[in-house]
Amino acid sequence: MIDAALRLPRGRFTLDVALSLPSRGVSALFGPSGCGKTTLLRCLAGLEHAPGGRVAIDGEVWQDDEAQVFVPPHRRAVGVVFQEASLFDHLGVRANVEFGWKRLAPSQRRVALDDAIAWTGIEPLLGRSTAGLSGGERQRVAIARALAVSPRVLLMDEPLAALDAARKAEILPAIERLHELSGITIVYVSHAISEVARLADHVVLMEAGRVTASGAVAELLSRLDLPLPPGEDVGVVLLGEVGALDAPWHLARLDVPGASFWTRDPALPLGHRLRLRVLARDVSLSLVEQPGSSIVNQIPAVVEAMADDAHPSQLLVRLRTREGASALLARVTRRSAQALGLAPGQPVWAMVKSVALLD
Amino acid sequence: MNWADDLQAVTLTLELAAVVTVLLLALGLPLAWWLAHTHSRWKAPLAAFVALPLVLPPTVLGFYLLLLMGPHGWVGQATQALGLGLLPFSFAGLVIASMLYSMPFVVQPLQTAFEAIGARPLEAAATLRAGPWERFVHVALPLARRGVLTATVLGFAHTVGEFGVVLMIGGNIPGATRVISTQLYNHVESLEYPAAHRLAAVLLAFSFGVLLWVYRLRNNSTSIAATALDGAPRA
Repeated sequence: MIDAALRLPRGRFTLDVALSLPSRGVSALFGPSGCGKTTLLRCLAGLEHAPGGRVAIDGEVWQDDEAQVFVPPHRRAVGVVFQEASLFDHLGVRANVEFGWKRLAPSQRRVALDDAIAWTGIEPLLGRSTAGLSGGERQRVAIARALAVSPRVLLMDEPLAALDAARKAEILPAIERLHELSGITIVYVSHAISEVARLADHVVLMEAGRVTASGAVAELLSRLDLPLPPGEDVGVVLLGEVGALDAPWHLARLDVPGASFWTRDPALPLGHRLRLRVLARDVSLSLVEQPGSSIVNQIPAVVEAMADDAHPSQLLVRLRTREGASALLARVTRRSAQALGLAPGQPVWAMVKSVALLD
Repeated sequence: MNWADDLQAVTLTLELAAVVTVLLLALGLPLAWWLAHTHSRWKAPLAAFVALPLVLPPTVLGFYLLLLMGPHGWVGQATQALGLGLLPFSFAGLVIASMLYSMPFVVQPLQTAFEAIGARPLEAAATLRAGPWERFVHVALPLARRGVLTATVLGFAHTVGEFGVVLMIGGNIPGATRVISTQLYNHVESLEYPAAHRLAAVLLAFSFGVLLWVYRLRNNSTSIAATALDGAPRA
């Protein structure tokens, strides 16, 4: 576990958190700009010192002011990727990647330099100077550089925020694969729900310097009682695997706990684990199964809770699949909700028009 | 007066400028680094003190140094107690005075260059296992290299060109404290205008060459270097 208890006054807010993050997988610190998530990350890295605080990873204490322990950043096994790549302009790409690696004792080099380079796909850039690199290339070099110090935890501070959509699309898959390939714990700061949905296993929701909620991504993103940003992106993340293939029709059945979805065959083998995103706007509700419909994904579920949506005409409905294992969100109009007599406990059919595969 | 005297003055000047520049860099790098990063309340007073020679007549500086280093000043008493004798009218005294006088020309470009680097590259280096000394040597210095170059050149050139402080502290002793500017003064005093022309032209060409080089560097440089050059004091 990564344990942190930190209190640090900032201009507009006071960072005041006590949290535990799993020391495996990808944890996202998620919240609006200026909510303290970057400050929290900097405290974990040792770049900021919150007086009286405590930071430990798997029992190794990095900061404990009561015991007068503060391990400086260069002695912490962290890798940090900043919002801007922050490459050393006086060094070429290869020297940037090797900067931290060559400062490690050989026995500490658990990540091979070649692996860090291969995972980020920067082989073709190694001979270049940093001056001619695109924003996406710079950020990939920065990620390789941070991986090459074999960190116990890789801290990423909105690494995509400064990039345009095309560059984001170029890097996001690389970041997705990182944890799988390297096994390195990642703490990822973001204010973009789409990145959190794609990357995170564990989510910490922050607001005004405090942690408002934390939990597994599938549970947390389906909660209606949290100040999640409203809008088109509202939806759930489901973790599942390829359960069956219908080759003649190029379809695949994706099984998540308590439900299955037919979707376009993603050309993945049976049993391949993947993550799905089902947006609330793509889920409508029916009291009965609709055999005469083109919508093939009709999931039996029970209404669990209802909450106001951003627009006064609409409601968000949280559903629980009948086996109770997965949560879904549906966006319906208030008029429909009344016509259907929706209320908690009511059995319904979730008509899922579209499912997005996230990896 | 003959060529040999002139040559001696030129050699002494170059020697003085070289010694002063090396010592000033050794002193100026940590001082500029501190000024660039401190939030101490001593920052403003110290920065103002460093900049004093930009506005003070050299004679004021020379006068106080003369008092300090003289037989009744505490520096003078200290050097005497240490068996070093008195510093005024010696090469060592000239070095100390010149260091004070040229200090802003070294410290300010360095400070500006360090400030232009910003905190981020140093933070990145810290998370890449580089300790404070490594961050300074392998990140800050290379990134501030044009500032270092500017500081070196301006410190050297400004020391070559000083006169008032030299006259107050060094006097006019051949081989010990008689530099180009004082030799030039001697020539003019004795109405040896051709000899004066010779030295004056050399100094003029040298100074113009140095400034031309510095301003070319400024125009051709990337942002960090450009801001570093902007730190060069305009005397």
